[in-house]
Amino acid sequence: MTDALLEVNGLCAGYGASQVLDEVGFAMGVEAVGIIGRNGMGKTTLCATLMGLVKPSAGEVVFRGERIDRKSPERIARSGIAYVPQGRRLFPSLTVDEHLQMLAKGTRGKRWTPAAVYELFPRLGQRRRNGGAELSGGEQQMLAVGRALLLNGSLLLMDEPSEGLAPTIVDILVEAVHRLVAEGVAVLVVEQNLRAATAMAERQLVMVTGRIQAESTATDLVASPDLQRRYLGVGAAVDPGGLLVHDESQNRTSP
Amino acid sequence: MSAHAETERRAGQDPATGQRSGVLRRLPVWGLRLILLLAAAWVLFFARDTPAGPAIVDPGRFAVTVLDGLTFAGLLFVVASGFTLIFGLMRTVNMAHGSLFLLSGYIAIRLQQTMVGRSRNIAPTDVTVLDWIVPLLVGAAVAAVFGVVMQQVFLRWNQGQELRQALITLAISIVLADQMLREFGGLAVTMVWPGDVTHFLTILGQRYATSRLFMLGVALVVGALLWLWLSRTRMGMVIRAGVDDEEMVRALGINVTLVFAVTFFVGSFLAGMGGVMGASFAGAATGSDGSWLLNSLIVVIIGGLGSIKGAVAGSVLYGMVIAFSPSYLPSRYTFYSIIFTFVLLALVLAARPYGLFGRPA
Repeated sequence: MTDALLEVNGLCAGYGASQVLDEVGFAMGVEAVGIIGRNGMGKTTLCATLMGLVKPSAGEVVFRGERIDRKSPERIARSGIAYVPQGRRLFPSLTVDEHLQMLAKGTRGKRWTPAAVYELFPRLGQRRRNGGAELSGGEQQMLAVGRALLLNGSLLLMDEPSEGLAPTIVDILVEAVHRLVAEGVAVLVVEQNLRAATAMAERQLVMVTGRIQAESTATDLVASPDLQRRYLGVGAAVDPGGLLVHDESQNRTSP
Repeated sequence: MSAHAETERRAGQDPATGQRSGVLRRLPVWGLRLILLLAAAWVLFFARDTPAGPAIVDPGRFAVTVLDGLTFAGLLFVVASGFTLIFGLMRTVNMAHGSLFLLSGYIAIRLQQTMVGRSRNIAPTDVTVLDWIVPLLVGAAVAAVFGVVMQQVFLRWNQGQELRQALITLAISIVLADQMLREFGGLAVTMVWPGDVTHFLTILGQRYATSRLFMLGVALVVGALLWLWLSRTRMGMVIRAGVDDEEMVRALGINVTLVFAVTFFVGSFLAGMGGVMGASFAGAATGSDGSWLLNSLIVVIIGGLGSIKGAVAGSVLYGMVIAFSPSYLPSRYTFYSIIFTFVLLALVLAARPYGLFGRPA
């Protein structure tokens, strides 16, 4: 906490009359942090608000010592927050390579270039000419992450990266996150899948009805079905392994 | 439950085409094919007592009709591609598109008259290729600058408010129409094709004006350049990405304001080029602004709003209907040929509600 990269204080936001975020506050340094919570708790709205896609009604966001809560999404992205949105949001009209080339300007000599992304995710290299919509779910997620990396930002903001992915693919993403953190990139990952969230980040913030309700650690959460029940409302009897928060496919209808 | 299942099913459909499934979708498509087949059979064998006659009897007239359709489609494409480019990226229905078309035509005619040194009775032999190309580029550039200024001054602040933008551009088109009437008068004026392209070819016994083929050639060059720009350059990639998901492009740190301005410039430039080609082809007159806005709308509704491929398909289909319906309707009914434009629209929309290459917004 001594070295706060991102500081969020009393952040409120919503859509029209309905307030979704209720005085969210937390701070993080160059580390991996997870925000977990059930569906509908405001996690995606938090990501959208940090990116400037939803305008906050109150509160402040300070990133690298600078207020960003009133800035446009493009300014926020260029100040160093790389966004991997929920549902990937790839561009169906562009090929894999075009997704990366589009953002390649100014990456020369920096850590992340299209070549470096292909090196991180070799599977994307084999799919260079394919359209963004022709990829498997895992490849789509890799492309969404690779695309974000080209910003060479200092914070990677990922919204539900494990959604709909096979465990082996999630492992590839987890490894990539660890690599990034080791290289000095902070990662803020929003998840409702406890297994993915805890594998990516040790520090976990629990979000309940638009607030950061508690802070915990991956170790404690995985070890304690009781904590899971309290924060995430998961019945231990339904999920004896305590690994999956719940089956996402039954709860998600639209991105 | 059923409503829930409905949304799930919709979410599961192909987002690229937005197709409905099952019989509902196939019925209009098969109907469309059947109608096309019947129309082709009519044109080929049975079209007696029509101005052109059956194609097997008079292949020359048939070839000329096809060429008429294609060359007019070329002009339609140049105008409509600009319209669809702007709509695709910014969701702006530019009701002033036809005004930019006409403004550019008038300016090019004035400039051509100055360059030739005469304001009336200009013969094609007086006109060099340069006397046509320079006014074309100047007229289109004026339209492009006008378009960008319009976008920066009036539309930028209303980005995302489609109805407001449509009304603003409609207002601008009305003001422009009056100002052009004041400046250029109400009589039709014509841009003159350069002498080098005004010859006649003989195609299957029919004489055919090379200027129309030249117009098609210009359209093909414009189409090829547009395609190269959109598919090979970084700006083109950003535009295509922006058509898919503008918000995501912004969240990747790309300055869309600049991209919007460039797109408006190019879209208005295309309207202007079309205006000069149209002024050479059919003259410029009060009212062509409205009719060319309508032409652009018809093309992009057939092809699908926002799709360049759709603009090609829409232009060819619409151009063919315009060329064929007066020639191959029984002579007594030629008067009704205009109806076939709407028949085409109705058929395409019944089979593909978002147009041939369109997607739900």
